[in-house]
Amino acid sequence: MIDLETKAAIDYTYNVPAKRRSKKGKIKEAVPLYFILVVYFIVVAYPLFWMIVNSFKTTDEIFSNSWAMPQKWLFSNYSHAWETGISGYFVNSLVVTVTTCLGTVFISALGAYGLTRFSFKGKNALLILCMGGMMLSPQVSLVPLYKLIQALGIHDTYLALILPYVAYRIPITLLLIRAAFLDVPKELEESAVLDGCSSWAVFTKIFLPLNYPILLTGIILTAYFTWNEFMFALIFVDSESLKTIPAGLMQFRDALQTNWGVLLAGLMISAAPIILLFLFMQKYFIRGLAAGSVKG
Amino acid sequence: MHVDHLLLKKEEVNPLPIRKFVPYLYLAPCILMMGLFVYYPIVENFRFSFYDFSAFSPDKAFVGFTNFISLFHDPVFYTALKNNVWYAVISIICQVFGGLILAAILEDPITRFISSFFRTVFFLPVVISVTVIALLFTFVYEPNMGILNSFLHGLGLDSWTREWLGDSETAIFAVIAVSQWQSIGYIMMLFIVAIQAVPREIYEAAEMDGAGKVRKFISVTVPQVKEMFFVASLITLTGAFTVFNEPYILTGGGPGNASEVLGTLLYNSAFAKDQMGYASAIATVILVLTLLVSLVQMKLFRTGKDD
Repeated sequence: MIDLETKAAIDYTYNVPAKRRSKKGKIKEAVPLYFILVVYFIVVAYPLFWMIVNSFKTTDEIFSNSWAMPQKWLFSNYSHAWETGISGYFVNSLVVTVTTCLGTVFISALGAYGLTRFSFKGKNALLILCMGGMMLSPQVSLVPLYKLIQALGIHDTYLALILPYVAYRIPITLLLIRAAFLDVPKELEESAVLDGCSSWAVFTKIFLPLNYPILLTGIILTAYFTWNEFMFALIFVDSESLKTIPAGLMQFRDALQTNWGVLLAGLMISAAPIILLFLFMQKYFIRGLAAGSVKG
Repeated sequence: MHVDHLLLKKEEVNPLPIRKFVPYLYLAPCILMMGLFVYYPIVENFRFSFYDFSAFSPDKAFVGFTNFISLFHDPVFYTALKNNVWYAVISIICQVFGGLILAAILEDPITRFISSFFRTVFFLPVVISVTVIALLFTFVYEPNMGILNSFLHGLGLDSWTREWLGDSETAIFAVIAVSQWQSIGYIMMLFIVAIQAVPREIYEAAEMDGAGKVRKFISVTVPQVKEMFFVASLITLTGAFTVFNEPYILTGGGPGNASEVLGTLLYNSAFAKDQMGYASAIATVILVLTLLVSLVQMKLFRTGKDD
């Protein structure tokens, strides 16, 4: 993506119109566009705003007056939600997400290095194998994966989630990293090899540090996928104490049938980390989504 | 999928002088992981769909095409398929067309000073977990105090209010609406990236010719982002035929089987009724459907490229 300043400059240069439209005409053009934006903004933002406001209320108040601001801001809903189970799910999600991210990006980087820096038999076949992996959706493999995880004896452990997550994230992550590795000038590694570096040293000392932005993009996309993944989390883990947030929330809802303020506070806590990650890392996030055009 | 630009890059690198097995060492972890957890299960699933077995017993009985025959005689299968088709049609209209229009508006110079704010807000639902969103929407659809019914009540449209998720007429559409709400921002972002890559000179030339905004959208933006259009429809269509999370959390396929989709049918067969072979047959049908969609899309895309 062009950075915004350059873009503004380009726009400025090119948009001095040949035939200046009248100011009135411009406003007339702008009104319907802004109308659409504002309407859609309300559709998107209002439920989120409603969730935030009502997460500070008692159930009675949500029922009697869900549209107003809380009479008294109940921050205790958040501590209540945290203690009712969210803390455990949160830690599980953290463990699974961090391990999956590191595993996925490291294994994909190894693979990308192998695919870009050597010529060998079966290289194209491997590349196609990788791309094919992106087209297969996990739903289709649900039953055999369940059987496989039982056979490996990892059902109801963190590994039952981490291993399939890593496997399903490798294709897109590998292709992202591969594109970046292809751009590394060969002179760099030639001089390193002349200095006596092994291929492993070239990988760890040159390729990884040089390409850290794309590795970061890979980590962010994997984190986004892992933090939110629901189906595997629901099926491959049974124990309450090992559930990640998306699956745990189902339990949390059942436990809190009548305590809506706390339930909403739990939803807020669950959504916050990935929203913050997105807001602070928007550039990497969007670059990755756009480059791969493949959703979770 | 849309990885052409990642793949078309020229390789001009001299391979390192190295022993033959070394590249395979770098690739071994990838091959092992994908082989075991992505490709092996696909093959197994195909085989499983010809057997009858349960989750915890090692015995399997070969039953030939029985699973497929009973699937094709199951009325719930057709309800599910119909709902998946609704999912596909509505997702194409809302996400692909809606997303494209939002992207075009946000890239119009007239909204420039505020577009990054709207862009961020519109994208927010994409990053929130589907469980959080589905649970939030159980409040939106809640019959007594839910946002939707209160809103209709406020407008004086009381006759329109209903139990959105509990009514077999509306359940599947209420579920589909949640998916649209969550995913439009994602497709919009893809189109924004595509529109930003369109050379400004083309818009400039169109303006010289006196083209208005609508004209520029139809004659410049749409043809210029054609490639992303195909990618976006592939993503939404594949998503529509594999959807599971939203229906499972919001309705569980109910009331009755009114909002069942292939994904929830698969899950219920496997993990509620313990008919693993039958579930595998459903998975095989989903695989064939998604592959068909991909093939048709690629074919259309090739034809689109020629002209």
